[in-house]
Amino acid sequence: MIVLDNVCKTYNTGVSALNGVNLRIRKGEFVFIVGTSGSGKTTLFKLLLKELEPTSGKIYINNKNIGRLRRRKISKMRRGIGVVFQDFRLLKDRNVYENIAFAQRVMGKSAKVIRETVPQMLTLVGLSDKAESFPNELSGGEQQRVSLARALVNNPPILLADEPTGNLDPDNAWEIMKLLEDINKRGTTVVVVTHNREIVERMKKRVITIDKGVVVNDEKGGIANDW
Amino acid sequence: MIGKMFYTIRQGFKNIIRNGLFSLASVGTITACLFMFGIFYCIVANFQYMLREAESNVGVTVFFDEGVSESQMLDIQKLLDARDEVSSTNYISPEEAWEIMKEQYFPDGDSGILSGLDEDNPLADSASVQVYLKDTSRQTELVSYIESLDGVREVRASDIVADSFTNFSRLIGYISLGVILILVFVAIFLISNTVMIGITVRKDEIAIMKYIGATDLFVRGPFIIEGMTIGLIGSAIPVIILRILYPKVVEFVLGHFSILNRLLTFLDVNSIFNVLIPVSLGIGLGIGFIGSYLTLRKHVRV
Repeated sequence: MIVLDNVCKTYNTGVSALNGVNLRIRKGEFVFIVGTSGSGKTTLFKLLLKELEPTSGKIYINNKNIGRLRRRKISKMRRGIGVVFQDFRLLKDRNVYENIAFAQRVMGKSAKVIRETVPQMLTLVGLSDKAESFPNELSGGEQQRVSLARALVNNPPILLADEPTGNLDPDNAWEIMKLLEDINKRGTTVVVVTHNREIVERMKKRVITIDKGVVVNDEKGGIANDW
Repeated sequence: MIGKMFYTIRQGFKNIIRNGLFSLASVGTITACLFMFGIFYCIVANFQYMLREAESNVGVTVFFDEGVSESQMLDIQKLLDARDEVSSTNYISPEEAWEIMKEQYFPDGDSGILSGLDEDNPLADSASVQVYLKDTSRQTELVSYIESLDGVREVRASDIVADSFTNFSRLIGYISLGVILILVFVAIFLISNTVMIGITVRKDEIAIMKYIGATDLFVRGPFIIEGMTIGLIGSAIPVIILRILYPKVVEFVLGHFSILNRLLTFLDVNSIFNVLIPVSLGIGLGIGFIGSYLTLRKHVRV
């Protein structure tokens, strides 16, 4: 489903963020990508969204080399990937319902489909009673759930989460992780970039450790390496 | 698809309301620019109309050699009629020339003093062809052509008049083009600034749209709609004002400067606004589109 073939990324400043990363994530997997600050995690995340271009190497998503995608096809590729950020990135002037519906509007879904799907998503993330609330009326955990609902409302086969628990207390962080696990059980491939060691150890999933731009460890069932 | 279109239009209108003050400033400036353009157009169009009217009275008179028969003269008239720059021709026979002269010198009909000469027309060799031009700038060319024809004795033309008319229209054309271009650039700059502010305000929303998989068109659409709507409103206001003012101004000028009535011939409202309305709205929409598109191309890419 996601394949990185000897991917290197050097920024214009001369900083080398990734130095020949090879990895393969299969359909339906739940994977943590871990590493210290500056290890290259965020660069990897941006490469998968084609926000950055690799300096060399190839990236395949659903068997398609995204390096060869034309600019106008990028949006279509991104529709297959749900994205969750540490800072939630919700639209503050719209309520929960509208934030989730926004993702469907962008895709040109009809009002009827939106009316049907948004409540289902709210139920999935446990926020049915908060549809009318605005982001500033919600806790961090609730905001991240809205962000998750928005990422999933178009039913993407892949979910990328960049430090999804970074702004949350341990309880809320764990809730979000359990939700991600549920989503994964429904068939979505989940890739979580994080440095939350406790969560990673508790989840017992595949962990890919990146250090100085190279994969230094790739273990199933928890964490085996320091980072 | 239709839902997406309505969403884009709705968001475009929302942008205008959200950036209320800036939108208002842009509309105001475009209104001012296009109002000036409108006034300019009215003046230039009327002036050119008056010039054309005056030009149509500027003619070239062709006189013929002695012994050239009337049928030869009519042949030359036909040749001249067939030319592009010629609007019309008029053959004046010696008899007509004599009648005209009598009429000119004795307008009260007291031409008895000259009637003795009717039988021995002093203007027997003064048959002529009056040639009226469509375009006075080609007068010199026409005169050289006529002079080259066999049987032509003399060509009388007023070079000064023709040249001044041509140069004056050209000057007015250049000045108006210059002023309009400056105004258009100012307006494009303003729209571009307004859209830029909109983009800054909605930076987060645009970033989210990109991650969700919005197309360039979807992200840019509302801003284009915003720019074009501002342009449209900004162009509609001056057109409406001018449409109301124009007949009143014409009426005022003709009423208060009756001495100039014979000189001032104004275009009617329809002739002015059949051109001014589509051109102004087109310029407004165009300014809105270009202003927003240039900014988007630079700052919003998926």
